[in-house]
Amino acid sequence: MNVTQLNRQTAAEAQLLEAYQTALSELPGDGAVMVARDRLLHALKTQGLPTRRIESWHYTDLRTLLKAVPTAATELAPAVDPVVAGSTVLALSGGKPTGSAAVDGVAVSGFAGQLLSGEAASGLAERGADDAIGRINGAFVRDGYVLDVPAGADLADVIELQANQAGGQSHSRFPVRFGAGSKAVIMERHRAVTENAAFVSSVSDLVLEDGAEITWIILQQQGAGDTHLGQIKIVLNADAKLKLYVINAGGKLVRQEIHVVTAGGGADLTLRGVNLLGGDSHTDVTLTLGHDVPNTTSTEIIRNVVFDRAKGVFQGQIRVAQDAQRTDARMACNTLLLSDEAEFSVKPELEIFADDVQCAHGATVADIDKVHLYYLMARGIPKKEARALLVNAFVAEIVEELEEEALVEALEGVIAGWLEKHG
Amino acid sequence: MLEIRDLHAKIADTDTEIIRGLNLTVKAGEVAAIMGPNGSGKSTLSYILSGRDDYEVTSGDILYNGESILELDPAERAAKGIFLAFQYPVEIPGVATMQFLKVAMNSQRKARGEAELTTPDFMRRVKEAASHLKIDPDMLKRPLNVGFSGGEKKRAEILQMALLEPKLCILDETDSGLDIDALKIVADGVNALRSPDRAVVVITHYQRLLDYIVPDTVHVLYKGQVIKTGDKTLAHELEANGYADIIGAAA
Ligand SMILES: Nc1ncnc2c1ncn2[C@@H]1O[C@H](COP(=O)(O)OP(=O)(O)O)[C@@H](O)[C@H]1O
Ligand SMILES: [Mg+2]
Repeated sequence: MNVTQLNRQTAAEAQLLEAYQTALSELPGDGAVMVARDRLLHALKTQGLPTRRIESWHYTDLRTLLKAVPTAATELAPAVDPVVAGSTVLALSGGKPTGSAAVDGVAVSGFAGQLLSGEAASGLAERGADDAIGRINGAFVRDGYVLDVPAGADLADVIELQANQAGGQSHSRFPVRFGAGSKAVIMERHRAVTENAAFVSSVSDLVLEDGAEITWIILQQQGAGDTHLGQIKIVLNADAKLKLYVINAGGKLVRQEIHVVTAGGGADLTLRGVNLLGGDSHTDVTLTLGHDVPNTTSTEIIRNVVFDRAKGVFQGQIRVAQDAQRTDARMACNTLLLSDEAEFSVKPELEIFADDVQCAHGATVADIDKVHLYYLMARGIPKKEARALLVNAFVAEIVEELEEEALVEALEGVIAGWLEKHG
Repeated sequence: MLEIRDLHAKIADTDTEIIRGLNLTVKAGEVAAIMGPNGSGKSTLSYILSGRDDYEVTSGDILYNGESILELDPAERAAKGIFLAFQYPVEIPGVATMQFLKVAMNSQRKARGEAELTTPDFMRRVKEAASHLKIDPDMLKRPLNVGFSGGEKKRAEILQMALLEPKLCILDETDSGLDIDALKIVADGVNALRSPDRAVVVITHYQRLLDYIVPDTVHVLYKGQVIKTGDKTLAHELEANGYADIIGAAA
């Protein structure tokens, strides 16, 4: 007997199912897409939201944590200036593209088109039985942007996918293909423009062809009452290099999943995470990384600063397949706990089936170094500012690894701004 | 300017008393040397003056310009003009030296109700002070003290002192780890700050530094007390005969 079926539906589950009935008539999709949606919704209905009994949701019991799902958004969420000056902005409001959708040298279209044509149907399938984000997004997704960066393209300007929301629901998708040898910097930015509660799901689907060198930054700046369910799925082909930055600086209930597979030798992932957590928020970053072929490399560094009663989670699962010899994977998770009630849970998981590999993980938890604080104060810097300087230093190290100065400056600005408000 | 009255202090976490009834007066314009064998409490005294909370004052008082500073935190004391050049300056990864200098200078200015420095003004001051102390500008591009040699760290401390223009300068073994050329540069830096409204407390256990920074008074610290006070000849006496006689006489 299925255990979850014995439980009564939660308010949020009921609201989700009802939202689907309401939205059904306007959800874009051909027959195949609508069948896929129904299948996902059925799974959601029968299995409910994941609880701690599902291993990959152990630290984020979504069923308990998600108290309510707002109804669909009606208000327009206006776009703002990009984080990095001079970026090309592809804006969305409530998950739907607004304004012009043109980027020099890149084929851009709305994801709704792929839903209507049925091209999107296969991509809507869930990753597995625990893929709640894929399910919710696949059932509800309305639109997004599809990008195709041609082989050899070297994009000078940052492309900012600016997902603005003014409360309510928003479900978007971003399938992006980076052609062989292409170079680009993408900022996937999620931001709240009002304090109205929002329920957001967003799935990015990346394929890096051979030798592509891409920087992708997920900057999550949702509001203090918002639920943000993000997922990024990545295929790295031979010699493709991805720098993936995940910066969480908002939201009330956040889960960002990162699922990476390596499909060709020489593929390299640099994952860097900065979690700025405060208030009563709950933020979960979950990585699954498959070193599936020989000669691939990765490093993962996650830095967390946790204030107030905030809770954070990092799950990092690295699988090294049996024939994936000469894999090199290094993972570290460092946390600054800045209040007695702050919490951070780390679950590293290395599953190594090959023998000639280098794999390591480490986790540290600390408070601000008292001697450092004293030294700064002894030079006249008041305690609050001295703490902010040190917290900033802890995460700035990660951001400074990005070589593009404009990017570093912009992200440091985001971090400093957050600390000023919460520190 | 500084008056320490029958000060008793212990390590905050334990009951180990380190300063045991210490009296010391330093006047404006004076250079006072504090000497004493290792472990006598010199660094502890300097930390307590700066407000480090690892130590707890159990009785007595510290008056600065006639007012007790015991209730002030390190930042407040610094803003009032108290500066400690550390025996062991701390490395702080991730904090850029220039940013640190700017924040420190402007914090103190703000606390005193003065306007913030403009960036060009700030840069000019740093450049000038660094060149006096023969500090390589590239050093200032690194995170605070990170990877600095022992001598570079000491010079960086004096650079901070020159920029912050404190009224009471406390130098804790600034001479240790410096070769003779560096010692002269640092001494010049300190001497440049000597003025009638400023006092300098030089902690050392060698006479050497005092050849360049000539003290008005010399105080011998032993087991948390000043056991003897004299003029600069006392330092020469200590250099020639060691501490044994004085300690023996005090015991
Ligand atoms: N935080 C501390 N914990 C334990 N012992 C300390 C601490 N600070 C100072 N002491 C002890 O107090 C004594 C004085 O130390 P210190 O002030 O460093 O002497 P000095 O600078 O004269 O060499 C020493 O015995 C030292 O070990
Ligand atoms: Mg000492």
